[in-house]
Amino acid sequence: MTYVGDRGVAEDVVQESWLTCVRSLDRFEGRSSLKTWIFGIVINVARSRRRKESRILPFASFWRRADSDEGRPTVDRSRFGSDGMWQSGPPSWDSIPESKILGDETVQQVRAAIEALPPKQREVIVLRDVAGFEAGEVSSLLGISAANERVRLHRARAAVRQALEEYLR
Amino acid sequence: MNCRQVVELMTDYIEGILSTDERARFEEHIAGCDGCRAYLAQMQTARHLAHRLADEPLPESIERELLDAFRNWRRL
Repeated sequence: MTYVGDRGVAEDVVQESWLTCVRSLDRFEGRSSLKTWIFGIVINVARSRRRKESRILPFASFWRRADSDEGRPTVDRSRFGSDGMWQSGPPSWDSIPESKILGDETVQQVRAAIEALPPKQREVIVLRDVAGFEAGEVSSLLGISAANERVRLHRARAAVRQALEEYLR
Repeated sequence: MNCRQVVELMTDYIEGILSTDERARFEEHIAGCDGCRAYLAQMQTARHLAHRLADEPLPESIERELLDAFRNWRRL
């Protein structure tokens, strides 16, 4: 669900993926775990759907934030002094009750933050942190380098943390 | 290491891939910096909350489709 970012698309992707799974069962040779195998198919279907939709809506990319993997720092420079030390550090959450920090409403904030991420960051955080795959499994599922996986994961987690900071302020 | 550099190393630290030297310098900074310690704890909280999304029930329509597909598959 969180991976494609839209309920209607998610339903189609699940249906298509399931059919692909069933059709290719005879190709499953037990080399990877069943979970990795099924996610691999879901990723392929979701990616080809994303490509299809970006052809139909060529301007859709303008509505999303840039999907670049490196360059910009993940924390706004204005929050640091000229010595690189915090000037406006992250507010402490110590006085916020744990029931609020870990509550369902906060989880929904995390969902919204993940859905708003550029797709390349979203797919990494969904596989690593939501689905709980190992880092190595994520990079091989997505066909990206370990370093690239970590850069995307870092940007994604930093964005989710920032969203939480704003929500819990 | 200053705070601006330390925040960009948070994920490498959590994922355990910093070199022994980098890790020592990172931990030395964190020990004396409330802001970075809070930032690290908040990154960890973000991870745990993201994992909670995995426990959410599937929307009914998707669950129905999956179950239908599974039943049909068993009949093949």
